[in-house]
Amino acid sequence: MNKQISQLGIVAVVLLATLIVGATYWQTWANAGLAERQDNEIRLVAQFSIKRGTIYASDGKTVLARNVVRHVSGQTLYFRRYPTGPLFAHVVGYSTQTRNQTGLEESYNDYLTASNANLDTVFHATLDRLKGSTIKGNNLILSIRPGAQALALRLLQGKCGAVVALNPTTGAVLTMVSSPSYNPNSIEHHFSRIRPLGTCGPLLNRATAGGYVPGSSFKVVTATAALDTGKFTPNSQFYDPGYCIEYGKEVRNAGNPEAPETFGNVTLFQGLQHSINSVFCNVGKAIGAGTILDYMKRFGFYKLPSIELPDSEMIASGLYNHGRLFWPKHPEFQVDPGRLAFGQERLKVTPLQMAMVAATVANHGVEMKPYLVQRVVSPAGKTVTTAHPHAIATVMKPQTASELNAMMQAVVTGGTGTAAQIPGIPVAGKTGTAETAAGSNVYTAWFIAFAPADHPKIAVAVVLEHQVGGFGGVVSAPIAKQVMEALLK
Amino acid sequence: MTLSPRNRELAFLCVVGILTAIGFASVYIARQSVVSTASLTYAAIFFALYIAAHVVTRMTVPFADSYLLPIAGLLTAIGLTEIYRLNPRDAFRQGFWIVVAVGLFSATLLFFRHDYRRLESYKYLFGLGAIVLLVLPLAPGIGRTVNGARLWIGVGSLEFQPGELAKIMLIVFLAGYLREKREVLAQGRLKDFGPLLVIWGMAMLVLLETRDLGGGLLYFGIFLGILYAATGRVAYVAVGLALFVVGSIGVWKVTPHVQERVTIWRHPWTSHPVYCPSALHHLALRQDCQGYQEVQGLYSLAHGNYGGTGLGRGIVTTISSTNGNPHTLIPYANTDFIFAVIGQELGLIGTSALLLVYMVFVLRGVRIALLAEDGFSKLLAAGLTFGFALQTFIIVGGIERIIPLTGITLPFVSYGGSSVVANFVLLAGLLLVSNRANRDVLR
Repeated sequence: MNKQISQLGIVAVVLLATLIVGATYWQTWANAGLAERQDNEIRLVAQFSIKRGTIYASDGKTVLARNVVRHVSGQTLYFRRYPTGPLFAHVVGYSTQTRNQTGLEESYNDYLTASNANLDTVFHATLDRLKGSTIKGNNLILSIRPGAQALALRLLQGKCGAVVALNPTTGAVLTMVSSPSYNPNSIEHHFSRIRPLGTCGPLLNRATAGGYVPGSSFKVVTATAALDTGKFTPNSQFYDPGYCIEYGKEVRNAGNPEAPETFGNVTLFQGLQHSINSVFCNVGKAIGAGTILDYMKRFGFYKLPSIELPDSEMIASGLYNHGRLFWPKHPEFQVDPGRLAFGQERLKVTPLQMAMVAATVANHGVEMKPYLVQRVVSPAGKTVTTAHPHAIATVMKPQTASELNAMMQAVVTGGTGTAAQIPGIPVAGKTGTAETAAGSNVYTAWFIAFAPADHPKIAVAVVLEHQVGGFGGVVSAPIAKQVMEALLK
Repeated sequence: MTLSPRNRELAFLCVVGILTAIGFASVYIARQSVVSTASLTYAAIFFALYIAAHVVTRMTVPFADSYLLPIAGLLTAIGLTEIYRLNPRDAFRQGFWIVVAVGLFSATLLFFRHDYRRLESYKYLFGLGAIVLLVLPLAPGIGRTVNGARLWIGVGSLEFQPGELAKIMLIVFLAGYLREKREVLAQGRLKDFGPLLVIWGMAMLVLLETRDLGGGLLYFGIFLGILYAATGRVAYVAVGLALFVVGSIGVWKVTPHVQERVTIWRHPWTSHPVYCPSALHHLALRQDCQGYQEVQGLYSLAHGNYGGTGLGRGIVTTISSTNGNPHTLIPYANTDFIFAVIGQELGLIGTSALLLVYMVFVLRGVRIALLAEDGFSKLLAAGLTFGFALQTFIIVGGIERIIPLTGITLPFVSYGGSSVVANFVLLAGLLLVSNRANRDVLR
């Protein structure tokens, strides 16, 4: 009988050995895959048992995201509170139990939960894990200035739109506001309290994911192409009949459709100053859509901006066809160069991209990588990483940039953007009033600017949606002016 | 220097005592807000209890195997620590049942210390007893249904799962009957299989009625195991397995409960809502409904990774998003799913170590069966050991998704009075067989 008993014993041992193999599979091999599943609440709670890092504004004092401690059946859990409410909602985002994370809470989750790969963090997190004490995440200090941010949101009150302000020489984002905003503290338990403003949804970050027709503000891009290729100079002569012939049809200048302005003999300089569509229409036809598209690419159109937000919260700027980004293979046949030149066609651009256009002109043609996080600081106060200014492209020659600078200053001193004048400080800017539907008087109102024009410190883009009869120079320029003033203080 | 078996047992028990103290201390440190220093007195009482059991083994079975009692002590200590960590009040009740179990363990040893082999003459009584115990939960008035299976009897607040003891009775019957009939059975005449098939058929019917799938698998496995050990005929096992497969398919066809278990096993996650009997709108993702237990068990196991979160530091509750109240993530965490919680808190190191401890227990059991002199003792030890291994496989294999999940306890570790009591009786049986075998060898 002993032979059979031994065999039975082997079967029993094999069964138990199978269990060890099974445990190894689930606890090591399948571990990562299970941890990624949305319905894995254990993983979620594990995240909440980490003391998530605090997020501060640029002053290092204004708290944008902090923790509240709750003890739940012997576990200490850390939940998020956002003391500034709607003010930083789109930038900071939220981290809640039931919904996905958004904003920097998502893209900086590794730093905030001390699971980033920096040696110091790894060392301390491992030590905490071994000691069994709470793991403490790293803190973030943003580049955004809280005062200007609050002012910008106040100025957008009751309107749909966005304001982005950058430091043109470093790329630091100084203001990023999207209106309507929402209170991130309501996400978890009072989601129904988050209401749209008219047709504008509050969760969308219009600064990076709002695609708007740029209108005349795009003339800065066209002018860059015109000057930088050497085909035109600021003094190039045009005759403006008040319209431009495109495919045998008249395309009238902006303004009152019943009585379009007619300027007669003008230069390219004046064309930008007074935002004359016919001038740019002819420039576009002369240099071709392909050249303008090349310069758009140089400015960073056609790819997501390299800012630290989650990819899902950004869109690329460019031509759009049936809701999708569209890169024409044969621009000479597929794109209307005249309408492209003054920013209509099928263009959709984000406020961030237009702020980067202004910043590049301000920074002598060199485009800087935009960033939101100035510093990551360990719980002990040591700097983990610091943002270093990084040039991502030389878009144009310095000569072109300085010519454009002068032209954009003329816009503010005696053109369409006089409402942006700041006493004692030279301001360069460009207005934009985009038609959203043919023949309607509901516009998307733009203003892009930088100041001080001789030594730029701030570049800004302001967009307002659904402005009935509202011109960029009238409704958006004053907002840009006040934000720049606040930032220059 | 070689230690006598009982001195070695005492030394092992001291090690277990130290481990128990460390376990309770770490739960106390990790969960100071919930548990008190009283946890350490648990360890002390626990140790005293095992010393008492040791005194009884010294008196009754001096030559018995020295590993088994300390292993049982270690496993109950792991279980009690984990139960304590989940709910200190349950640990108190479990402690009470361990006292009862050790009492019954001692009584069994004292009663049968001269000769346990007279059990063999009462084999039919044991067979009948097993059936009666299995039918008991079906009796109106005392039967109770828990989690879809009617496995419990209850008088007032006292509940008991008689199936656990039926398992041991069945093993005694099979060992006795097959010892007597093994020669004739080996010849393969059909009429000799009569009583076997009757008992087995009745057991299967009862299990079908009580919907205890894990129990069914366990009893059938034990039956085949002992049958093979007694006759050495692979053909019987093959026929048995074939019958089992045919029977399973039949049961699967007629029982929605079984169909559901198999579906959950094959597809615990769905990406589209499926019919969910407990959901308000009858449609939900399976992982949020019938597959919830299985999936939560896997998440818990996986979260442990290599080293685990540490005792008392695992995540077993979350906060409800609707009302902010804590709710339990793993259902039946202290009974059927205790292995998943251990896996989370002690990691792969812990689960492998635990399974290796089970393996040592099984190997010692096999050794006892091999050393035993007479056929009844051999079959009894082999049956008890194989049943022990199979039960561990059924529940842990269910949690690890190796086989469909069926509710059954993890021997010595799970919360539950009947389970602990039955396993201590099983332990007493193995020690009695071992004592006799070693005594004969030493003589």
